[in-house]
Amino acid sequence: MRLFELRGISKKFGAIQALTEVDLKIDAGEVLGLMGDNGAGKSTLIKVMAGNFLPSSGEIWLKGERVEFHNPVDARKKGVEVVYQDLALCDNLTAAENVFLGREAHRRIGPFNFIHYAAMFREAARHFAELKSETRPRDFVKQMSGGQRQAVAIARTRLSDPDIVLMDEPTAAISVRQVAEVLDLIRRLRDQNVAVILISHRMPDVFAVCDHVSVMRRGKVVADKPIGQTSPEEVTGLITGAIETA
Amino acid sequence: MSVSSEEIAQRRENSPLRTMVRSQPFWVTVALAMICVVMSQISNVFFTEDNFFNVTRNFAFIGIIAMGMTAVIITGGIDLSVGSVVGLSGIVTGLVLNAGHSLWAGIAAGLLTALLCGLVNGLLIAYVRLSSFIVTLGMFGIARSLAQVLSENHMIYEFGPDEKLLFALGGGTIYGFANPFILLAVLTVVFMIVFRYTTWGRWVFALGGNEHAAHLTGVPVNRMKLSVYMLSALMAGISAVLLVGWQGAAINAMGTGYELRVIASSVIGGADLMGGAGGAYGAFIGAALIEVIRNSLLLAGVDANWEGTFVGLFIVFAVLLSKFRGMRSG
Repeated sequence: MRLFELRGISKKFGAIQALTEVDLKIDAGEVLGLMGDNGAGKSTLIKVMAGNFLPSSGEIWLKGERVEFHNPVDARKKGVEVVYQDLALCDNLTAAENVFLGREAHRRIGPFNFIHYAAMFREAARHFAELKSETRPRDFVKQMSGGQRQAVAIARTRLSDPDIVLMDEPTAAISVRQVAEVLDLIRRLRDQNVAVILISHRMPDVFAVCDHVSVMRRGKVVADKPIGQTSPEEVTGLITGAIETA
Repeated sequence: MSVSSEEIAQRRENSPLRTMVRSQPFWVTVALAMICVVMSQISNVFFTEDNFFNVTRNFAFIGIIAMGMTAVIITGGIDLSVGSVVGLSGIVTGLVLNAGHSLWAGIAAGLLTALLCGLVNGLLIAYVRLSSFIVTLGMFGIARSLAQVLSENHMIYEFGPDEKLLFALGGGTIYGFANPFILLAVLTVVFMIVFRYTTWGRWVFALGGNEHAAHLTGVPVNRMKLSVYMLSALMAGISAVLLVGWQGAAINAMGTGYELRVIASSVIGGADLMGGAGGAYGAFIGAALIEVIRNSLLLAGVDANWEGTFVGLFIVFAVLLSKFRGMRSG
């Protein structure tokens, strides 16, 4: 049984066909690289998987069951978490508060519900430790490096113990050292049996962490190969259209 | 080099003391204390019980509204309508009491009027996505005009069977403190707790920090926005009822110019007009500072018309200060 599968997903915006019959599959503990040029349909596809868009046709299967995501919260409840490209962090809050944003821990005192900071700091610290990140729960996100910010965004996905984590261009705008940190974070997720879909432009990153690579062009998946059976040259050819399919 | 996550959970970049010393409310408190020391040397009236009573009561009306305003400003919005809502709520309360209804009916009518203004503001801002500046500027005009229409430009000074109760509510004292000040003190503590220890409070900050992120993580952004504008208006309504009780009359010009003083209180107390920062104690101390300066000018024999100049200067100064602090920290 596949963990997660897209079958024949198409998406139209009026007359524009953004996605055509996209098939995609991934198992637990796998990292899938999703590549493609700007406008190839990657963003639309993520938004379908994350519950931002309903597909015009096609099916999403999760753990042998057909599912429909009507909004991001819905997708999250069913086990699909997203790390957005801009990370969706609040600079004015602490790391722990960001991890728990929208799902704060509470403690009941009399008739009132108070935020349970101690529990949030403890839990967040545990997740950072699991990710081997030196991020401190009490620090404000404002003061953090790109790698630490990624750790906060990734720790947030760990709260619900999801089956799948979608990562949108996590290495796009950070330094070389931080890229290495983020790739390590992805490996940790994989080691904890999470399926990771990595959307990226950066060939070296995809070849460093992914088990499979799917290439999109003009709204279609033109190739889906194990990383060992392809090369950066071939993938580049597939992205640009120099190679039709593989 | 292995450390337990328990240990990391306790680590922090800034000690509580350092955080305090770097905060704007702390320095405003220092400034306030300094002014008090200087004034006690210059004027022998300043440190009298009467003057203290007057000052605390006067800034209570502003401070109460500043609690709601602070919530609005933290989300990254602004509410310019509070002064006019004070006028309208005061007139409605006055009219209902004047018609012979009970105090509770009068208070309920005044507060519901305020909430209705806040509801209109909030719906337009949250769901129609209009700018808070424009919507509340509109309400600023509308509420004041409605107050004038309803009052037919007359002063209301007869408040029916519960008149004494109303005057006691707004003009009375508890342990030597004016009732409005007692309420402000209680509200300040309540809002300090609410901002820090409730989900609503943290979401107010999240909205100001990154509204899009708040939405993606499941924070009900629109409902939160609606709630802060209703809260702001409600605080204006509460202040209005107390003002009518203290002054013993309701006039449609009541609350004129309050928006400036209320926004100044919040901003001087550390609320960031770009959103994401602010606090209840700051709003309290900001309101206190403005009133003490006004009082000092008065006692020093300076023309009272200078007050606006000083309040205006202080807003600009506070924003400058937070800008410089922002540059330093990051």
